[in-house]
Amino acid sequence: MASLSHKDLLGIEQLSVEDIQLILDTAEALREVAARPVKKVPTLRGKTVVNLFFEPSTRTRSSFELAEKRLSADILNFSASTSSVTKGETLLDTAHNLEAMSPDIIVIRHQSAGAPHLLGRECRASIVNAGDGMHEHPTQALLDGLTVRTIKGRLDGLKVAIIGDVAHSRVVRSDTILFSRMGADVWVCGPPTLLPWEFEKLGARTTPHMEEAMDGADVIMMLRVQHERQNEAFFPSAREYASLYGLTRERMRSAKKGAIVMHPGPINRGVEIESEVADADYSVILNQVSNGVAARMAVLYLLSGNSGLEP
Amino acid sequence: MQLILRQGRVIDPSQKLNNVMDVGIDDGKIAALAPKVAGKGRKEIDVRGLVILPGFIDMHVHLREPGREDAETIESGCAAAVAGGFTGVACMPNTQPVNDSEAVTAFILSRAREAGKAAVYPVGAITKGLEGKTLAEIGEMRRAGIVAVSDDGHPVCNSQVMRRAMEYSRIFDIPVIDHCEDRDLAAGGVMNEGGWATRLGLRGMNPAAEEVQVERDAVLARQTGARVHIAHLSTRHALETVVRAKKAGVALTCEVTPHHLLLTDAAVAESSYDTNTKMNPPLRLQEDVDALARGLASGAIDVIATDHAPHSVRDKMLEFDHAPFGIVGLETAVSLVCDRFVRPGVLTLERLAELFSANPSRILNLGRGTLAVGSVADVTVLDLERKMDVKPGEFASRSRNTPFAGWKLTGGPALTVVRGKVVWSL
Amino acid sequence: MGKTGDKTRSKVQGKVVMTASEIDLVLARIAAEILERLGPGEDFAVVGIRRCGVHLAQRLCRKVEATRRRAVPLGILDITLYRDDLTAAGGNRPTLRETRIDFDVNDRSLILVDDVLFTGRTIRAALDGLVDLGRPKRVQLAVLVDRGHRELPIQADYVGKVVQTEASDDVDVRLAEEGQAEGVFIKGASKNLADKASPQVEKRSLLRQTSIFDQGAT
Repeated sequence: MASLSHKDLLGIEQLSVEDIQLILDTAEALREVAARPVKKVPTLRGKTVVNLFFEPSTRTRSSFELAEKRLSADILNFSASTSSVTKGETLLDTAHNLEAMSPDIIVIRHQSAGAPHLLGRECRASIVNAGDGMHEHPTQALLDGLTVRTIKGRLDGLKVAIIGDVAHSRVVRSDTILFSRMGADVWVCGPPTLLPWEFEKLGARTTPHMEEAMDGADVIMMLRVQHERQNEAFFPSAREYASLYGLTRERMRSAKKGAIVMHPGPINRGVEIESEVADADYSVILNQVSNGVAARMAVLYLLSGNSGLEP
Repeated sequence: MQLILRQGRVIDPSQKLNNVMDVGIDDGKIAALAPKVAGKGRKEIDVRGLVILPGFIDMHVHLREPGREDAETIESGCAAAVAGGFTGVACMPNTQPVNDSEAVTAFILSRAREAGKAAVYPVGAITKGLEGKTLAEIGEMRRAGIVAVSDDGHPVCNSQVMRRAMEYSRIFDIPVIDHCEDRDLAAGGVMNEGGWATRLGLRGMNPAAEEVQVERDAVLARQTGARVHIAHLSTRHALETVVRAKKAGVALTCEVTPHHLLLTDAAVAESSYDTNTKMNPPLRLQEDVDALARGLASGAIDVIATDHAPHSVRDKMLEFDHAPFGIVGLETAVSLVCDRFVRPGVLTLERLAELFSANPSRILNLGRGTLAVGSVADVTVLDLERKMDVKPGEFASRSRNTPFAGWKLTGGPALTVVRGKVVWSL
Repeated sequence: MGKTGDKTRSKVQGKVVMTASEIDLVLARIAAEILERLGPGEDFAVVGIRRCGVHLAQRLCRKVEATRRRAVPLGILDITLYRDDLTAAGGNRPTLRETRIDFDVNDRSLILVDDVLFTGRTIRAALDGLVDLGRPKRVQLAVLVDRGHRELPIQADYVGKVVQTEASDDVDVRLAEEGQAEGVFIKGASKNLADKASPQVEKRSLLRQTSIFDQGAT
């Protein structure tokens, strides 16, 4: 028997090493479903999953939807554009309305950090955080962990370099906590304007120098940088950013042998990552996508026993 | 005599009093103060074991009327004030409409008279509509009864406008109260910038946003000779600036709130994004909290004020990013300070009287803050043994937004007398 | 591990239903029966249900291959995703393990192997799982122990031993592969276990045992 110690998956922060291992093991077992002629199992038959997306997202949302469908859950999609949020309904109003339909799991993506926590306090359904503001994106970190563990056979003792717009990234927060908790040596790198204060408290070392971060790294993870940031004085131009922090073939030549390149997507070819690097053998960006479905199936499976408990 | 408080410990720094005495009140004024007042009062209250202090004044309150009567009214705010031991409150001008005219000032004062509980001292806007551009009609408002000017909540960013406001305020000898925040540095933040904001993924407000502006105000106060009061000061470095300016003879004073004295930004994480930990200035670091506590005892800090900011449950129960800043404070401030500072011996009762009564009265020129015979009989009586559980549901305020719900406190108000009338008792 | 240790354990383990050598004998018989019933030309595979069914399937495979001198594909089936008791709330989820069936199940005969046949729900789940992998030609069921108390209309094609039990009894199959002292044990509420566990190897299976020799002759 196996269970997560929480009703909700709000962040990697709450997960113990055992919780993380359990989710990764379960995800590994579930990966086989994708290889079958009938890519569907009846596990969540009769369970209702609500996908509550307040922020546009194609990848995460499709990945969750596929995971839910492969587990035979009934799905209700609810996005901000089609909802009454625009008519002045608050998040709690929305949550209470959804609760009235007795969902078992609510997957929420929201621009505001802590929105899933607010829902978790008010709802009987299990809440899965699919990304909240600049806070966490736990299922992304789980799929990243699964990807690295599958390729490298372990997480502990690896050097993981995460490079880019650290300040605005929820992925880097979840990844840093997950990889450092599992024993990896995590380095976080970006221009100091995009390195938030005391990031070290999450379990990473920080540096503004890409060479230092990449030196001996087994995993190089690039973060998306939005062009708009140049208008907020974080860096002068996309061009200068690419020259200082872009992952190029040139830089990959000095990388450790066997190092893999990851990116949570969507990628900005030519800004944080050179096109040829994104498509090279050492790039595992597409493995990340397929592992995403398995990781999310694992989370849904493990949480499905917890719904209906008191919030 | 109208009222005699019998055998309480009278604390009054203005007369250097710390004795068990009787206080006789007649015609709304202190009529007698002696170890034993002869004769019989029409009403007599035995306050043995309790502490009698000059009436407490909260010089930083938002009463929300006119405009947001769903969150608070002048009547409910005054009821909350007297239940919290305050005999008077200074109310900030960010109402709807803004108190930037004689008419709004007069309206507030007439509603306060009808409520008939705590004294209300309106604070007028510095600039029209709190827009930070052109000066409001400060003279007209002064005639109608304002005691200070402030653009609280909408800090005056243009330093030239602030300089003019300080110069102009000297005509009336009223203080300019400034909410110090450089809006560009604060950058749309919702909590203190630092490790917790990083971890929680919330936009941080750089403490420099406050410190830069306090420094600016100290410079302008020196140059203009105006009386400047720093509202809800929250960082160690900002306090250092105030101390330095005071030493140099600048007419700079400052207040701190109970929440900045007792909570750190870790509360946002511990409460899992409870919006009752969202206020402006935000909760800071332990080193700031420690520095403020030292300043409280040393005299570097002049006033404890609550920044009572009522918000309806509907408004406050939002995503952390979207919820409004602020918490209520009138009904918890005195008990929090008694429990955490007076009882452990950090603050003497004399310092308590200065922080809550004498200093706000002096800064706002109210002629209160004393129990001298002949002065207005605004009296706060405390019971230092009173047990209190903070229960927001029982507040007299219309709002319940407090981070202190469930706290168990010892010590608090027992009796509140305004103009000789008992307006609240336990 | 001294004798005393074994004795105390056997008390905890309950009454012995089958010993290690009996298990081996019974598997040899089932292997022979399979070959007999499917015929020599039949292309079939063995699929074990996690956990104990997998070890038994492996052993069966080896025995069949020894006789047949041809490789028999072995698959592993985890039925957790198909269980019908997952809807219950309560936090705990059964631990998921991988299903590994590397051969094409279409148009192939499958021998499904499990340790104990009880309510039939596991087999129901396993059949659902197999169907999702393709369309086998036929599925037959082999079990080490049939302990009765069916809740679904399911019967085994090959049975090692039929054991009378109370529904509340525990039938525990311990295998060397799991690092345990091998044997099948029964423990539970009923007092007169001795009556039930004694040589009730039924006539049916005895009859079949004779057929092994027939098979051997062909």
